[in-house]
This record gives sequence, C-alpha cells and structure tokens, in this order.
Amino acid sequence: MDDYILEMRNISKTFPGVKALTDVSFKVRRGEIHALVGENGAGKSTLMKVLSGVYPYGTYEGDIMFEGREQRFASISDSVKAGIVIIYQELALFPDLSVYENIYVGNEVQRRGLVNWNETIVRAQQMLKKVKLDVNPETLIKDLGVGKQQLVEIAKALSKDVKLLILDEPTAALNENDSENLLQLLRELKQQGITCILISHKLKEVMAIADKATVLRDGRTICTLDAAKGEIKENIIIKHMVGREIEDIYPKRTNKRFGETVFELRNWTAYDPQLGRNVATDVNMRVRKGEIVGIAGLMGSGRTELALSIFGNPKAYRLQGEMYLDGKPVRFNHPSEAIREGVAYVTEDRKGNGLFLIQDIKWNITAANLPKVAAGGWINENEEIRVSESYKQALNIKAPSVEQLVGNLSGGNQQKVSLGKWMFVGPRLLILDEPTRGIDVGAKFEIYTIMNELISQGMSIIMISSELGEVLGMSDRIYVMAEGRITGELAIEEADQEKIMQYATL
Amino acid sequence: MNLQVNDSRTTAAAGGGFVREMLSLLKVNVREYGMYIALFVIMLIFSILTDGLFMSSRNISNLLDATGYIAVLAVGMTLVIVIRHIDLSVGYAAGFMGAIAAILLSHYGFPVYLTIPIILLIGVAAGLITGFLVASVGIPAFVATLAGMLIFRGALLQVTEKTGTINVRDEWFNAIGNGYIPAIAKVGGLNLSSLLLGAVAIILYILSEIHNRRNKLKYNFEVVSTSIFVLKLVFVSVIIAYITWILAGYNGISWTVVIMLLVVIVYHFLTTKTVLGRHIYAVGSNPEAAHLSGINVKKITYVVFGSMGMLAALSGILFTSRLQSASPTAGMLFELDAIAAAYVGGVSAAGGVGKVTGSIIGAIVMASLSSGMNLMGVGVSYQYMIRGGVLALAVIFDVMTRKKRS
Repeated sequence: MDDYILEMRNISKTFPGVKALTDVSFKVRRGEIHALVGENGAGKSTLMKVLSGVYPYGTYEGDIMFEGREQRFASISDSVKAGIVIIYQELALFPDLSVYENIYVGNEVQRRGLVNWNETIVRAQQMLKKVKLDVNPETLIKDLGVGKQQLVEIAKALSKDVKLLILDEPTAALNENDSENLLQLLRELKQQGITCILISHKLKEVMAIADKATVLRDGRTICTLDAAKGEIKENIIIKHMVGREIEDIYPKRTNKRFGETVFELRNWTAYDPQLGRNVATDVNMRVRKGEIVGIAGLMGSGRTELALSIFGNPKAYRLQGEMYLDGKPVRFNHPSEAIREGVAYVTEDRKGNGLFLIQDIKWNITAANLPKVAAGGWINENEEIRVSESYKQALNIKAPSVEQLVGNLSGGNQQKVSLGKWMFVGPRLLILDEPTRGIDVGAKFEIYTIMNELISQGMSIIMISSELGEVLGMSDRIYVMAEGRITGELAIEEADQEKIMQYATL
Repeated sequence: MNLQVNDSRTTAAAGGGFVREMLSLLKVNVREYGMYIALFVIMLIFSILTDGLFMSSRNISNLLDATGYIAVLAVGMTLVIVIRHIDLSVGYAAGFMGAIAAILLSHYGFPVYLTIPIILLIGVAAGLITGFLVASVGIPAFVATLAGMLIFRGALLQVTEKTGTINVRDEWFNAIGNGYIPAIAKVGGLNLSSLLLGAVAIILYILSEIHNRRNKLKYNFEVVSTSIFVLKLVFVSVIIAYITWILAGYNGISWTVVIMLLVVIVYHFLTTKTVLGRHIYAVGSNPEAAHLSGINVKKITYVVFGSMGMLAALSGILFTSRLQSASPTAGMLFELDAIAAAYVGGVSAAGGVGKVTGSIIGAIVMASLSSGMNLMGVGVSYQYMIRGGVLALAVIFDVMTRKKRS
C-alpha cells in the first residue's frame, strides 16, 4: 500500500509573461528522503514556494494533498502549522541573537503573554541534542560556523513538530566534513519518521542519500527515479536534467578569428573576510581578442564573486595572484580604475546594483562615462540626449523617449540600457553576468546579436551564465566553476551539457 | 531671432492643441509645479486675509531677509538628504561659527574680508570631519551629526560664556543681514538700482531660454510650441518684474537676498549641469550601482558634507549679521527648519530626488506661513501645529504623485 505524505497534483503557476510550472506532479512517501533536482530555473524553488504557502492558494492551479487532506495554505504560517518547514539556502537566523532565542523565535514558549526563558532554554537543549549539536544554547549565532548554523535551523524546524522537512541546497556553503555530518543527521531523522525533501545540485549527495529523485525541467516533471531500482545514477539524472533540444536562438558568428590574449588571470585567489573563506581559489583563465568565453557553473559557485574581484574589487576581498591586461600586470582597487583600463562589468542584478531605476534612460546610459558628454565638468545635455538616442536606436530599446524612467521599462529593455551604459564606456573586455536572466526570448536574441556585433568590433567578452543552452550556444570556449575553483575548461567543439554538468557538480 | 524654425513640426498639435499641450505639461510636471502653486495659493490666501498687508513691500522684504539663513542651510541639506544622509549639527554649527565671526570682528579686530573666508573655511573643515566619520569610519550620519550638534552647542556656550551676547559693530559685516543695494536714485518712489537689477535678470533669463531652445532645435529635438514658449517667457518675466517692483517699493533688494540668489544659482547649476552634480544624484539614486559605475562614493560624501559645513558657516554669518550680535542660543532648531524646508520642497528621503530650487521655495513657503500667521495674530501654539500639518501634507502629496507615476 502506498502511503504518500504529500501529493502535489497538476500544479501550474504562471508569472506575468512566464509559465514557471506546467502540470507538475510530485509525490513523496512517508519517511523517505526525496531529492528534487533540475537546472537553475527548472522550477524547483517555485514548486516549493507553492507548497509552503509563499504563493498562497488561488495563485496557482492544481491540488496539494498533505497527510491525506487537501490543503489550501494562505501563508507560510499555515504550512508550518500543518508540519511543513523549509530551510532556505540563505539561512534565516538572527546573527545577534542566541541559539535558543533563534530556535524559538516566532514560536515562543509563553505563559499569559510573557516569555518563559528558562523553559525555552531547557527545550532548546533537547532540540540541540536531537540534531547532535553540542553548543551552549546561549551562544550567539554569529559565533557559530555555517555548518552549525545549519543544524540550528534544523533544530528550529524540529521544535515546530515538523513532519515534512524541506532543505534547499543545504550543503552549498558547507565544507566536506560538515556536509557529511548533515547527511548523516538526515538519515537519522528519517529513522525517527521525518520525511525530507532535498533540493540539491550536488548529485553525489543525491546518490548517497536519496530514496527517490524527481527531476524537473523547464517547469515540468520529467520523471521520478527510484534508488531501490538502481535508477539514481549520475548519468541518468544528468540526462533527464538537460535532455531538451537546444533551440536555435543563438545567432551564428561567421569567420571567427581570435587575436592575442587580452586578459589573463594566474593563480587568482579572492578571500572574503566577511564570510571568512575564499570565494575564488587559484583561478587561471585567459581571454583572447574577439572571443566569447563562457563561465558556466551553478549558483553560488563563485562566478559573480570572481567577476567582482576583477572589476575593482568593490567588496574588498583580499586578493592574491596576478591579472594581466594586454600582457601588462594590473590590479584594480576601484571600479573606476577598471573602467579606465577598458574593463566593463554588467551586473547580474540589474535592478539592485546595475541601474538607477528612478532616473531616465539617458541618465543611465551616460552614468559610467559622463566626461565623454561633458567639457570641463559641464554636461552638454543636448549631446547627452543625442548619444543616448543613438544607443536607444542601435539597441532597439523600446521606450517613448530617452527621458523615460528606467524603472518603468521591461526587463529586456532594462538589460539593453545596461548594455548601452557599458558600451558607451568603450571597453576592451566586457564581463556579462547572466546577461539574459529573466527576459523573454525575443529580447534574448537581440542581446546575443549585440554581443556578436561587439565581438566583430574587436571586443572580448566573458559571459557568466547559468543557462547551459546559452553557454553552449554563444561561447567559443567554456570554463566551468564549482566552489570557487575552475573545475574544467572545454573547447566549444568538445563541450556538451553532460560534461558541463559533471564539472559543475564536482 | 528665428523662433519659427521647425514650427510646422513642433506645433503639429496647434490650434485647439494649445490648451491640451499646456494641460499635459502641467500634468507631467505636477510635482515640480506643485510647490510653486502651493506658494501662490498661500500668498493669495494671506493677502486676502490680511487685506493686502501680506504682499506689501515691507512685509515681503522682511520675509525674504528672514528666510536667508534657513534657505542657505536648506540648499546644503538638500544634497545631504539626496545622498541618503542627514545633518543635525548644522543649527548649532551655524550658531558657533557666527559667534566665532563676532569674536574675530569685535575682540580681535579682524577685517570683514578676512573674517568671512576664515569662517567659511572653518565650516568646510567641520563638514569634512562629519564626512570622514560618515564615509570613512562608517558611523550613521544621524548619530555622527547628533554628536556634532551637542559638541557645537557646547562650543557655542563656551565661547559666549564670559561675555554673554557678543555685539558686532562692524558696519560692513552688519550690512550683510540688514543692508540693501544702494539706490543711486529713486524713480517715482522706487529704488532705481533694484529696478535695473530686475530688468537685467529678466533679459538674462529670456536670452538663456532662447539660447537653450535654439540649441535644442539645432539638435532636432522636440521643443514646446512657440505659443507655450512665449507664454512661459512672459509669465516668468512678469513674476520677476512683480517681485522687483515690490522690493523696490521698500528699501530695494537686500544683500541677504543677493547672497541667497547667488547660492541658489551656483548650486542649481552645480547640481543640474555638472559631472559632480550628476555623481551626487547617482550616489543618492543607487549607491551600489554608483560604485560599480566607477563613481567614488566616499569622495562624493566628503564633498556634500563639506559643502554643508560651508553653508552652515554662511548661515551663521547671515544670522549674526542680521542680529548684529552672537548669542548663546543662536542656531537653535535651524537644522529642523532646514530639513522641513527641504522636504516641503520635494526632496525624497529615499535618496536621489530633490532640487535646490525646490528647497528654497520650501523655505519660503514655511517662512510665509509664519509671517502670514503673525500678521493675522495667530497664536504661536497654532502656528507650530499648522506648519507641522503643512509639512505632513507636502510629503503626502509627494508620496502620492510618486506612486501615481510608477
């Protein structure tokens, strides 16, 4: 008899312009560890947000059966009440509060409206024992390592009487030892009857621990693999994860010719004093003139951090190693220095740190190179309008005028403004971080065409992308990153999705 | 002068379009014009309620002179708020530096032409220290300048402790806050030099507008239709002429007004026309993006606080000169009046939005309220409540129009 604790039936979820989930079905048996795998953007997080009530009942189609009853969660607190707890990749702990306060935050042990702190500490100790974490409950969270913080999160979940525990990339930030401990703990929780959904990019973990694995791709359920039948194998999972045909939306470049090496990194290491670890380790890479070099890898593999460490180091990492531009050793201490030397960086988060949303198009396009439209510190506003007007036309930015606020544009047009801003700098090396994230296919094609155009003008491009199709479709050479290291270098001829995935999940 | 260029294109909507174009211009720029309209309405209401006393030469002249020392603070505060900070120290900083000026003049016999630059430099130095604490050490501006406020208050008490109020007898210095541009002659009871200055201002304004318009046409940009353009020229010219006429009917244009105008003009051009100004607004709009665009956020923070310090010093000079003395309580609550003026003038606490011209209007709006209510004999208790209400209304209006636009 099948005893399913959770059945999600025919779940569909649409965002404006995008169908994130199509008819997804997902069943989890009581007491198993069920892995949910898929590429970035396959719909795993969306599915879990539907399950936990982040997207409340009514905003999606389909049914959720939990513990044999249909559930209509209106909010996260509803799903928590039912016994479903999600632990996100970015831990939701309060660093300046103690372990016991964190475990019972939002779930305080109280009598007549007053918190009973002594009872809280006693209970917290019991929870800590369950997760085998040997720390004083009065320790502050910020004084614990990431591995132990993760365990506190689980203790917090246990304190809420969890029946279904969902872990989103729990080992992404952990070292090997901590990861192993965590997996061991999950096995023990399973013995105690707690069902667990594990979202992970690390296929080794999935193989080591999962009883079942459901593969999502492009917002659809592809299949559910069973460990008992020997189906949870790396090659099988990867095949299902990437198995789509690459659509031909990548404009071809004719007569490729690569020149001298423009940019090179040797033994490049960036240490983040805030995280207390390397975000990039011993990176060696080079980019030739007229070349698009793709950097593939999963989220959190250190690609953005690497780009920032090159582009003037705004996060103040401690850097080691050498960087060469046209054979000359360089080191940038501020983005302005990088810009002066002809390096440009289009950020992955265009709304957060890329554009000035409350300002208009012309303002944004000239922002990184104002002196070019100014004489002696005075801005020539007419020249500014003329220049931005020409970029608006060349990039086909759809807006009534260059005086339109950038915040009112669609994602694709915002991205084009970003590109225009950095093209106006006239760089030799353009670093694009997720250049087509969250924009529609038509705009994607336009951006790829612009990239090819720039290359033909003699520029070099580093393209960071989580979309395998894009990496394979646009790059001339591919580096794959995992955990801050370059784990593989592939010529485009030998590269395919399986190989990239293998290096990325190393 | 050829204003007819491209008229076929620019006045495509002419005919019945004139009213439509004007309405759409008003609609698009409602935030910008809102303040001017509010000021107009306030002045109108007070004129009616006081039987025209409010708009009398004497009252307007006094009103503007009394606004001066807050207005220059509001200009500096605008930039501080634009880059998402605040400066609570400027009130007592102004009081303290006014006292130093008085001491230099009265006790040490410094001449005016030395005293003023020294005080302004001290102001810049004080502002740079705040900038250092905020940009380099990383202390929240609220706390750093709260500390500065206490320190300046103490310093002011210290330097005025022995003597109490310090009187200033230097005529030149006192003229800054009390003097007027010499009349040369009177024409029908009106101050001739002021009239001439007004006329020059109108001519300069018209010439610069025409120059701008021709430039735009040279680039083939769209401009407003000729009729709207002429209407705007006439409208603004009439306003300048009217204000000049009012002031000329009393003692003419005061030095305080001249200084205030100079500060506004310099800062207006600095913020809207220069690379430095653009960088200030970039830092306010999105500090991270500004940094990644190669803008030195720290340097901008220093510059803005440095300029704030200088304007605080100027405010101190204006105030001391106006009272012809420095007192232990000078500068009290100036900072809050300046902040209120900036917010009434349309500055946004979220950063990156706000004009210095707006803040000046904001300062005049607040001063008009005080002046008008004084004339009407409204009690001080009600005055505070009404001014508080106006401040809240101004910000509510700002938030509403912003929401509507996005």
